[in-house]
Amino acid sequence: MAYTERNDGRKPDELRPIEAKAGVIKRADGSGWFKIGNTEAYAAVYGPREMFPRFRQNPEKGVLRCHYTMMPFSSAGDRVRPGPSRRSKEIALVTEKALLPVINLGDFSNAVVDVFIELPQTDAGTRCAGICAASIALADAGIPMTDLVCAVSAGRVDDMILLDLNYIEDSHENGVDTPMAMLHNTKQVSLLQMDGEISLDQLKQATELAKKACDEIYEVQKAALKKKFEVTENA
Amino acid sequence: MGEIQVKDKEVVVPGETLATGMDFLPSYGTRREGDRILASRLGLVNIEGKVIKLVPLSGVYYPKTGDTIIGYVTEVLLSGWRIDTNSAYSAVMNMKDATSEFIARGADLTKYFAIGDYVMVKIINVTSQNLVDLTMKGPGLRKLRGGRIVKVNANKVPRIIGKQGSMVSMIKQSTNCRILVGQNGVVWVQGDDPAQELLAAETIKKIEREAHIPGLTDNIKGFLEKNKEGIRK
Repeated sequence: MAYTERNDGRKPDELRPIEAKAGVIKRADGSGWFKIGNTEAYAAVYGPREMFPRFRQNPEKGVLRCHYTMMPFSSAGDRVRPGPSRRSKEIALVTEKALLPVINLGDFSNAVVDVFIELPQTDAGTRCAGICAASIALADAGIPMTDLVCAVSAGRVDDMILLDLNYIEDSHENGVDTPMAMLHNTKQVSLLQMDGEISLDQLKQATELAKKACDEIYEVQKAALKKKFEVTENA
Repeated sequence: MGEIQVKDKEVVVPGETLATGMDFLPSYGTRREGDRILASRLGLVNIEGKVIKLVPLSGVYYPKTGDTIIGYVTEVLLSGWRIDTNSAYSAVMNMKDATSEFIARGADLTKYFAIGDYVMVKIINVTSQNLVDLTMKGPGLRKLRGGRIVKVNANKVPRIIGKQGSMVSMIKQSTNCRILVGQNGVVWVQGDDPAQELLAAETIKKIEREAHIPGLTDNIKGFLEKNKEGIRK
């Protein structure tokens, strides 16, 4: 039976409900929380601070270092082994590359900015949720940056082009998932991955959906940041 | 004709358009891209005539020439000391900037400052490579003996000091403590009575937490008076 209606009743171009907050982790220099449907990501930013190990210091520009971890209880019942795995190291790497274009590394040579992303609850789209949370956290930490990064996945299940796939859709036998991250101002794409096979035409349709959704996500991120600091205005 | 896109004293996020047209000038925390002025970080918009700048609301301390800071001696070097500035960059205080005393070649520098000492110093220079030079020559600059250290966010320092030092002198008066505030967010508190010293430290932490709530001075005044009675009993 072909997939013609989404299992959670959403329209093909509808996002899951989004919530976001800034400054959720008090000890961090900046932090963000981003929830999309049942996928939930925390990001904490520390720094710019002194880079250790010292041989990794770069006198020309600062370093951005990302960590991505799914909590042991976060998935559908199988315990996720904590610590770096092949998958989490890869996601940490692409997250770093997705965030890098907006950060002015030249402003903190020899130093490092650490981004820690933790997922207490996952239902597909974790790297996108992680990037959204990290983007909030970096802005909250006062890191010099040119833009905010918004990310969402789109894809195909059977012949339907869908936005923001949940786990059931993501793991469908005839499905493709293409997570995408975009810089809001310039509309440049800083992450585009593909898991499965998709025709060029369908890929274009999917990215078009994601592009529109990124604007929606941006508004949520912006509102979260403004909310944290808004009381400052009348002080 | 240029146009401002945001309100004065509004919180903006990185990449937000602040103004269009060529009538305004980008200052700290902003940049020009084409005919727009964009925010380069999160901050509070400050419009002064034609100049648009951002006041940072968060983030770690970044060494700046002319700042008076409280540092921590981490290393004794051949002709000076390495000092932690509570930022990503450590600083060096050369011995000729540390004291006007004559220090003989090969003298033991730990006689002056040893590892673990806190010092009130001034930043003379920050190079393009973020090498920081310090001096202890100047009024009020000295080694800090005893007391306790409270660390706060460097962006909250103006709130702790208050207008013309009103906030810090209020804490000093009601707790009988000596307080020094470094621009880098390190605060030194010393009192004769440990309970009062603790109260002063707690008050500083409270100011950091509540810096954005209106009526800060009155809140802190009330907090100090309430707790002062507790100490007397």
